[in-house]
Amino acid sequence: MANEVCLRTLDLERPWLLEQYQSRGGYEMLKKILTEKMAPEAIVEEVKKSGLRGRGGAGFPTGLKWSFISRNAPGQKYVVCNSDEGEPGTFKDRDILRYNPHQLIEGMIIAGYAIGATRGYNYIRGEFWEPYERFEQALEDARSAGYLGENLLGSGFDFELHAHLGAGAYICGEETALLESIEGKKGQPRYKPPFPAHFGLYGRPTIINNTESLASIPMIMEKGGEWFADIGVKNSGGSKLFSISGNINNPGVFEIPMGTPFSELLAMAGGMKEGHKIKAVIPGGSSAPIIPGEQMMELNMDYDSIAGAGSMLGSGAVIVLDESNCMVKILERMSYFYHEESCGQCTPCREGTGWLYRVVHRIETGQGRQEDLDLLDDVASKISGKTICALGDAAAMPVQGMLRHYRDEFQYHIDHKRCMIGVG
Amino acid sequence: MTTTTVKDKTEHFTPEVRAEIDRWIAKYPAEWKQSAVMGALMIVQDENGGWLTNQLMDQVAAYLDMPSIAVYEVATFYSMYELKPVGKHKICVCTNVSCMTNKSDVIVEHLEKKLGIGFGQVTEDGRFSLKEVECLGACGGAPMMQIGKQYYENLTPEIVDAILEGLE
Repeated sequence: MANEVCLRTLDLERPWLLEQYQSRGGYEMLKKILTEKMAPEAIVEEVKKSGLRGRGGAGFPTGLKWSFISRNAPGQKYVVCNSDEGEPGTFKDRDILRYNPHQLIEGMIIAGYAIGATRGYNYIRGEFWEPYERFEQALEDARSAGYLGENLLGSGFDFELHAHLGAGAYICGEETALLESIEGKKGQPRYKPPFPAHFGLYGRPTIINNTESLASIPMIMEKGGEWFADIGVKNSGGSKLFSISGNINNPGVFEIPMGTPFSELLAMAGGMKEGHKIKAVIPGGSSAPIIPGEQMMELNMDYDSIAGAGSMLGSGAVIVLDESNCMVKILERMSYFYHEESCGQCTPCREGTGWLYRVVHRIETGQGRQEDLDLLDDVASKISGKTICALGDAAAMPVQGMLRHYRDEFQYHIDHKRCMIGVG
Repeated sequence: MTTTTVKDKTEHFTPEVRAEIDRWIAKYPAEWKQSAVMGALMIVQDENGGWLTNQLMDQVAAYLDMPSIAVYEVATFYSMYELKPVGKHKICVCTNVSCMTNKSDVIVEHLEKKLGIGFGQVTEDGRFSLKEVECLGACGGAPMMQIGKQYYENLTPEIVDAILEGLE
């Protein structure tokens, strides 16, 4: 069972067109909700029942998030979609925007109806120009068809939706940084609480969900929360889009049931390149601690299975590495990334990510000192949990994962001032 | 901190640029014109050959009734804004993990040799500049690069040559 939810129109020619989406029953659910004046609470309940958890990486239950909004509170409320896809290794939301933008739009309108919001924004990362243009065209077509605007299909419900374009900042994937960015500011995360459900965009109650989460809503409503939950496994309802890349033959996006064995996903992705051996897997985007290949081959692609191995499913970005990769070099690159992308607001992250990068860099370049591995452990532990947002943890976790599984490779680098990979 | 208010806003930008910025302003609540700053900066940057001057940022500030400093903050925070001249074609090469393990270093070396410049530099004729970027969310096509608004995936040195030859 594949491509049942977000990618269900992928087999069609030019699947992003309105008529193609409608040929698969697109916008029928919205019409049903509006004409039957379905109780908003019933929608939230259905989403809860589906077991859908935030697909951007945090895995927070979507229905529960929606229930935090007081629907009847006066004034403007907002639905915001997080299409600031930037977790290294993740490239699934780009495909939803490019190939099925209308399902995301329908999902956002239904979300607006459920929480009593009449305006929405989709925050698309600035580099995604092609997906942005396609989404803009879809908005225009949806507006012409009467799915956006005032008094939708004569229901009395209004909903307007716009796309906001980022300009290059990983941190804006953090939900409150994203809200700051829409407000025309630097993308620096806010303290929580208050949570966006109470104080969100422009200080108004806001739900903010990932692209894949929102694009899943129309199918959950059409086929029922139970149907969705049953696709997956306990605690991991539904199917999920996995972005798989690295040293494999057929990298790409696969929408498959939660709980699918990793070995099956790897086979779908064509297996290892040129007969190479699997060395390690980063299972959920670069902040997810690395897992050795042989251990990964025994795991399933769901929240609990990956968490049980000391890592996380995250955004479902699976980076597969073969035996030719030097783990010091991989960590050096990842640490450089977090140092580059730290917003600079919290001292432990701003300074700590620099320390992590510089220490790993000197190990990689043969300047490592005996005390460096303990120093890395120490710095990582002093960032973890001590920052406003999760970027600090995201920088620390890969370091901790690498030292847990590949400490000997790091030690070899320090002792021999060179890599143990490929020296024979 | 003072807000520069300009009575006649038509003194800034061409009518076309103003119309484009106004399209962004219309997306947001009337009292939140500031939300259009990111779109506005991108528009004026494109108009100015790919980079922002202080004068342009001041004009954006005036146009959106923002303090100049608030515009500088945005322009310096986000990586896609350029504060010094770039090439007519800004080549952004991803070197993050999925690209790295698919030999993005070969692509970088090839570009550096072919163009005679490194990251952060512009060719003498002003046609090309090179920039190292973080993950652009196209790891399935690693190694990849972006030139202007276009993504180019599954690169080899030969493919890079063909792409560059096809540019104006």
